Amino acid sequence: MSFLELNKVTKIYPNGTKAVHETSMNVENGEFMVFVGPSGCGKSTLLRMIAGLEDITEGYINLDGILINKVDPSDRDVAMVFQNYALYPHMNVYNNLAYGLKNRGISKEDIEKKVNEAAKLLQISEYLQRKPSMLSGGQRQRVAMGRAIVRSPKIFLFDEPLSNLDAKLRIQMRLEIKKLQQKVGVTSIFVTHDQVEAMTLADRLAVINNGLIEQLGTPIEIYNNPKSMFVAGFIGSPQMNFLEGELKNKTLTSEGFEINNVTSDFNGPVILGIRPEHMSQTDKGLINLSVDLVEQLGSDNLIYGEIKNKKDFCFRCPGSQIIKKGSKLSLNINDNNYYVFDKSNGNRVN
Amino acid sequence: MKIKFSQILAHIVLILGVLLMVIPIWLSFASSTHDTVTILKEGMQFGLGDQLTRNYNEVLNEKGGWSEEVTAAKMFINSFIMALGIATLKVIISAMSAYALVYFRFKFAVPIFWLIFITLLVPLEVRIFPSYKIVSDLGLTNSYTGLVLPLVASATATFFFRQFYKTIPDELLESAKLDGANSWRFFIDFLVPLSKTMIAAMFIFMFVYGYSQYLWPLIMTTSEEYWTVVMGMKIIFTESYEGVALPRTAERFAYIILSMIPPVLVVVFLQKWFIKGLIQTEK
Repeated sequence: MSFLELNKVTKIYPNGTKAVHETSMNVENGEFMVFVGPSGCGKSTLLRMIAGLEDITEGYINLDGILINKVDPSDRDVAMVFQNYALYPHMNVYNNLAYGLKNRGISKEDIEKKVNEAAKLLQISEYLQRKPSMLSGGQRQRVAMGRAIVRSPKIFLFDEPLSNLDAKLRIQMRLEIKKLQQKVGVTSIFVTHDQVEAMTLADRLAVINNGLIEQLGTPIEIYNNPKSMFVAGFIGSPQMNFLEGELKNKTLTSEGFEINNVTSDFNGPVILGIRPEHMSQTDKGLINLSVDLVEQLGSDNLIYGEIKNKKDFCFRCPGSQIIKKGSKLSLNINDNNYYVFDKSNGNRVN
Repeated sequence: MKIKFSQILAHIVLILGVLLMVIPIWLSFASSTHDTVTILKEGMQFGLGDQLTRNYNEVLNEKGGWSEEVTAAKMFINSFIMALGIATLKVIISAMSAYALVYFRFKFAVPIFWLIFITLLVPLEVRIFPSYKIVSDLGLTNSYTGLVLPLVASATATFFFRQFYKTIPDELLESAKLDGANSWRFFIDFLVPLSKTMIAAMFIFMFVYGYSQYLWPLIMTTSEEYWTVVMGMKIIFTESYEGVALPRTAERFAYIILSMIPPVLVVVFLQKWFIKGLIQTEK
């Protein structure tokens, strides 16, 4: 039996909106699970159902062998970090951390010990007497995490905690969260819409779309082997290129080129997906790209251009390679690293 | 430094405003230091007189009324108790009812709120007979409970608290829930401290409201023991002169000045709190 078990969990709001459809998954003890998906996909709702902030319409959730459907949020022993941190504005940092412990009837000495330990771990010991309004974004973030850690809960729930930070701080806090989780070893669920955060933090990743888990797996599995067009487009940056085409007797025709020996028995209209990083320049390549725009990132160049009817086709090459606007490139797909999806339902067919 | 015309104009307007507020008070105070004869002969006085100690002593200690037993000091205490009771209970009840309206999901919460709100259209003066009937049936006439109880529900305060609670982010409640706070704890540990300024402001308004009640205590009390300041003003300090009751004007002015002190104290004391709360933006 897994540490956290979701079995056919469904959420239907009173107005009839179905936010989560029969979702089942298991999270192991100590695992870092990330829910990723576009906004409104139901990932936060799922998290809030685990926390007990939303009722579960159907299905059940088991945490550490206990059915928690009807258990009050305060008795579930879960801690949550909110997007806006939800620090208690009228309490100083010390009391922010101590509040949950006080309510659990822990002795004053123990509270002090625990708060100081957590503060030390998060390097917020100096700010314990300050009010949240006197802290910077990063410090608030740490206090919010401290409030979760100090209770040593069974599970941490993070609801997009990094989206209020600036880009630099976000990367730094991302690293800290990961380190902290490895150090403390508490099972964590992290909700984000940012695929880079998802890839870097996750032990396992659940890509969610329209209230359904599209794919569940390790970040690399999902990157290398997306099961659907949605997952393929969502994971990876810059985004995968999608070209319309036709698959017939293992031959794929698309935008002025053909691929033979496709490993699929599917026949019909398809979408061909190629990642920008899975191509390289050759003399007589498959794809002819006329360059419209070059983005120089230093380490890499992102080349955008046109191939027949498809605009903004992206190709990624090392930053040392100098490519000018208006030039024509000839590209090959490396090691048959391409993906074929059924056009009607977006499912992978190769 | 160049002073702009608009600045001068603004100051003139402000000074006029201040004078408008201060002059009547000063007139009352200055007049309260003369004797009645001077005031009756020469009108209100701008300068100070020599009767200050005598007049104020008279006001605080003289026994008045029909039974010649009630003193002004007693009436100040009565008014203070009445205003304090009204303000305290109004704040507590409105804060709690607003809490129920905003945070508890029950049917008809919105209609109930509007029903409360509509009572603004029915002030005490309109419902004074039914109110009196109820209070007298309960045997509460001539008691502090009777003075306070019919006035403790406040639609205005409920409305203000409701609007304030609505601005508090939901995450705060959710976070508190996960930290093991029940509804009662959330109210005491979060809403009350967060609405400190609101509470101070409401308390000030409601105290002044309670203190200046006239009609209700007039109807409610037959025993002089429960007379309040505002109603007492008309009744005590009259002098019989050839069968006609003449007001003792000087003492009345002293009485007016003294009657201002309790509400002024409340405002001064709570304003510190009020402003402190406004400066520390806790969001």
